[in-house]
Amino acid sequence: MAVKVVRRCELTLWEKLYVPLILGGLKITSAHFFRNLFLHSAHRLGLLKHLRASVTFQYPEESRPLAARFRSRHRLTVREDGTPRCVGCMLCETVCPAKCITIVAGEHPDPNVEKYPVRFDIDLGVCVYCGYCVEVCPEDAIRMDTGILDVSAYSRDEMKLDIHELMNPALRKPVGDCSLTFPHQCRLADGQMKGGW
Amino acid sequence: MIDLAIKLVLAVFVFFGVLNLAALHTWLERKQSAVIQDRIGANRASILGWRLMGLFHPLADSIKMFMKEDVVPAGVDRTLHLLAPFFSVFFALVGFAAIPFGDRFVIGDRVIDLQVAKIDVGLLYIFAMLSLGVYGVILAGFASRNNYALLGGLRATAQMISYEIALGIAIVGVVMIYGTMDLEELVRAQGKTLGGWIPLWGIVVQPVAFVVFLTAALAETKRVPFDLPEGESEIIGYFVEYSGMKFGMFFLADFLETIMVACLATTLFLGGWQVPYLMPDGFHFPWGATVPLAQWTYVLLGVASFSIKVVVFCWLFMQVRWTLPRFRYDQLMRLGWLGLFPISVVNVLVTASVLAFFGD
Repeated sequence: MAVKVVRRCELTLWEKLYVPLILGGLKITSAHFFRNLFLHSAHRLGLLKHLRASVTFQYPEESRPLAARFRSRHRLTVREDGTPRCVGCMLCETVCPAKCITIVAGEHPDPNVEKYPVRFDIDLGVCVYCGYCVEVCPEDAIRMDTGILDVSAYSRDEMKLDIHELMNPALRKPVGDCSLTFPHQCRLADGQMKGGW
Repeated sequence: MIDLAIKLVLAVFVFFGVLNLAALHTWLERKQSAVIQDRIGANRASILGWRLMGLFHPLADSIKMFMKEDVVPAGVDRTLHLLAPFFSVFFALVGFAAIPFGDRFVIGDRVIDLQVAKIDVGLLYIFAMLSLGVYGVILAGFASRNNYALLGGLRATAQMISYEIALGIAIVGVVMIYGTMDLEELVRAQGKTLGGWIPLWGIVVQPVAFVVFLTAALAETKRVPFDLPEGESEIIGYFVEYSGMKFGMFFLADFLETIMVACLATTLFLGGWQVPYLMPDGFHFPWGATVPLAQWTYVLLGVASFSIKVVVFCWLFMQVRWTLPRFRYDQLMRLGWLGLFPISVVNVLVTASVLAFFGD
């Protein structure tokens, strides 16, 4: 086995003087200081906004840019008439490794569309965000592109999303009114069927 | 009677100015480190939605310090444990009495010195107060009845005493050149110019002493890179057994000493309240132009000049704090005894020889 000799670097006289190197360090920190100070001041005046003065993202007000393939909270895509694209094929419910999707299918009046979801629930407290449901969907009916990643709640029940929240990512709990017109099992009406074709 | 009132006003002015600057240091510490490191820094404390770049954080800090439970461990020497933080803050504060922060002000036949106490040996007085500050540290370590605190206290004491020597000897050169220990006279003597162009400040005539003084002063005030006595997270310092506002007072004393040293450096090496080319009756530029000024503008300019220089020094100390890593203890001692001490002695000898052969 070859022996590798590590030679310790002795300090030169210039480095032992210490003061020049301190000045060098001060130069670096001062360069950062004055550059950022200038940019912060310019930002106050509304100038040079394209240059960032700090790497900080002020989180609740300002979120980091997300990668295009980032898997965030789910949503159900919608047809032009406001009904879900989902055809109730149960593929996502079947493929889900965490078994967090619950679908109850009903018959669609349009003979070209076989079924539609009367109920579509996702329990986010169980979901592992694997994205298999998105991959498997033949209708592009479920996506994970809402950009919502601050899912948090005080109880397990609040982590459960139903069809209202899935079709409208802007909705937040408690969901006030039901605006869905097609027949669905509505939690807001104590689980009764609501709406009509 | 009126004299007493004037002194009282001056004392209150200096007292509140210095305490506020010390509180601002916590803000400066956070914000400057943030700006250096490409961050934003504390900015969340707000009153009625106003954040003012985090300026309310010192306020929030002090409220927190006062509200916190003051834990006094069983077995401590209660009297000394209570006295130590007060010693630290007291001796850090009283030194400011001898700092002249402006030229004398004449109203009618009354001459007002902008200096709380005109002491003939002001420099010695300030150094005495700085040295007495060691008592707060050693008492805190001793009274805590905690081996680690005691070791921290000893470390701090050894460091402060070692660097005080270099600090004191670095000053001797300046005192020899200006020939006075009275800080006001010392500042007045720095008003001359060299060949009409270069102001004859301490930094011009004693550059080596300036560097030694700054280094020793950083060590004396226990700032990074000489912050072994505190060692915020790694080594246990002398104030482990303190909590609440007593802990806060040690911190305050630290900032006060930093300001004290900034004031001293300004007074001794940067001409105190002197503004280049400014005489009592106005500017006399070396190229012959003159701008006459009223007396109050002259005095105000002096006070502003002094304050700006002090703030610049505070900035510099903070910049050094966020630039350099901490010394090891043996390195610290070697630098103090084998580096700064001989340099300052040689500086004194050279100054003395130059004065003896070429002096007036």
